[in-house]
Amino acid sequence: MLGFIIQRLWQAVIVILAMSVLVFCGVYAVGNPIDVLISPDATQEIREQVIAQYGLDLPLWQQYFGFFQRMLHGDFGESFVYNMPVTTLILSRLPATFELVLFAVVGASVIGIPLGMYAGYKPESRTAKLIMGLSILGFSVPSFWIGLVLIMTFAVQLGWLPAGGRGETAELFGVDWSFLTLDGLKHMVLPAINLALFKLAMMIRLARAGTREIMLTDTIKFARAAGLSERTVLIRHVLRLIAIPLVTIFGLELGSTLAFAVVTETIFSWPGLGKLIIDSITSLDRPVMVAYLMMVALLFVVINFCVDLAYALLDPRLRRARA
Amino acid sequence: MNLSASPFGRFVAEFTRNKTATVAAIVVLVIALLAILAPLVAQQDPYDLASLVLRDARRPPGYVGTSGIVHLLGTDSQGRDLLSAILYGLRISLQMGLLAGAIAFTIGAVVGCSAAYRGGRFEAVMMRIIDLQLSFPAILLAFVIAALLGQGTWQLIMALVFAQYAYFARTAHGAASAERHKDYVEAALSTPLSAGRVVLRHILPNSLPPLIVVATVQVASAISLEATLSFLGVGLPPTEPSLGMLISNGFQYLLSGRYWISMYPGVALIILIVSINLVGDQIRDQLNPRLKR
Repeated sequence: MLGFIIQRLWQAVIVILAMSVLVFCGVYAVGNPIDVLISPDATQEIREQVIAQYGLDLPLWQQYFGFFQRMLHGDFGESFVYNMPVTTLILSRLPATFELVLFAVVGASVIGIPLGMYAGYKPESRTAKLIMGLSILGFSVPSFWIGLVLIMTFAVQLGWLPAGGRGETAELFGVDWSFLTLDGLKHMVLPAINLALFKLAMMIRLARAGTREIMLTDTIKFARAAGLSERTVLIRHVLRLIAIPLVTIFGLELGSTLAFAVVTETIFSWPGLGKLIIDSITSLDRPVMVAYLMMVALLFVVINFCVDLAYALLDPRLRRARA
Repeated sequence: MNLSASPFGRFVAEFTRNKTATVAAIVVLVIALLAILAPLVAQQDPYDLASLVLRDARRPPGYVGTSGIVHLLGTDSQGRDLLSAILYGLRISLQMGLLAGAIAFTIGAVVGCSAAYRGGRFEAVMMRIIDLQLSFPAILLAFVIAALLGQGTWQLIMALVFAQYAYFARTAHGAASAERHKDYVEAALSTPLSAGRVVLRHILPNSLPPLIVVATVQVASAISLEATLSFLGVGLPPTEPSLGMLISNGFQYLLSGRYWISMYPGVALIILIVSINLVGDQIRDQLNPRLKR
């Protein structure tokens, strides 16, 4: 088991190193940030001073080692545009994305699991077919377009909900949250729905597949033979049995929803991480781009590591085969 | 019946038994045809600046323009006929999807089949890399690569290929591993044929069915990814107005109630993607021997 952990850790380190080289080289190949930083009519002296200040005159490998050393200390430099440390900037945007993602994933699970269980419980019924049809749509329609339709319907035509922004926020533990005020909640409804739809489709499919499989097992036959009501069978037995894979997916999805948040945040001008990265790409804000990409890579490596570990704990064959 | 004689004829006969899939296949064909013939079908060349009249800008569907053209789906911010722009946009979107899909297919099939053929350490390392890649969501990979490479047609194709080839490689590896140990492959290898020839002419063709299924799904997802990236501004350059770009251009007018500039290109995009997916679903059901009764 120890060998397996060491091997996976080693792979994780290699991935992070490869990512850091890739991100660094890639980001430094895009555009010239000097043009963004300095006005075109600045004197040559000022130009050189700024270039030296940001270390942009050093050879690329020296810049990389400087960057890597600082990264190990959690220092990604200063944003070219916001004039503040990147780490602070990212941390200040994190709560907005976090609350949005959490609402979307929890919402998708709370609605998707019962719908999926019903579709698996009565697979031939009309409602079940309708649910499955909707979940196929949720999979194939690009989420940015759904966002536009939501804005058009609920913000422009009906005027019920605001189209963008975060609304009023309230402070809790020294951080501003939108979900604590009514106005903030109103602002969160549309982006949360937009972000949740894809997850909802997935939860429905998983819950349906799990339910169909478990309904055929002896457990259910015995539970029914014991005279339990269908309701009790579903809640006490089926739900418990399908919960294990669903919880795994729930954890995994928290991570990947971060990636989808880029689209949703752009459409609804939600001032979170996704909006930040899009803005930093358009304004060539290199340190922010690098820090965001490294953070996402790290997040996924950690998630994958945990999943691998969990599976290895559950399945002894994996340990022996690959360690 | 003459049709049922060939395997392809049997395939078509079985396919047409599913009405939804047949309609979807016809829709895909019509869209492809319209896209190919766009310069002939469209009533206006939307990128011929001389034919654009600014007075016609942002008019609702059904508006009759100054030059007498009926704008069935309205006009965009520069007075171009939206229907014509959508036809040209479909062309670019389809091109990108097919090109990215074809390259990803080729790379994935070669990587997957050769890994299955060689086996050993090579196989283990290649498949580990691919598994690792598959653990990242495709949209995230494509977004990162597109952001790193910057705007441009080939940059975007590279991003799409990078995000998608792993799906082909995994599928090809699975199918080719199963073929590898069959007797006909051993027989072919005992003749003086080169290993490359055996892989390309014998293992690969027999691994094709699952790859075709993956290909339909991936072309649809490439089109959707391209639209999303272009919408976010990290995809195609403004000189290549795909559907995603059209939607993005209309976005700023959405809030003032001029919905058609964004909505109709989006409807075209969704009809295309959903139809391809429906066709793909039917092909999958037909090629999956486990579902055969």
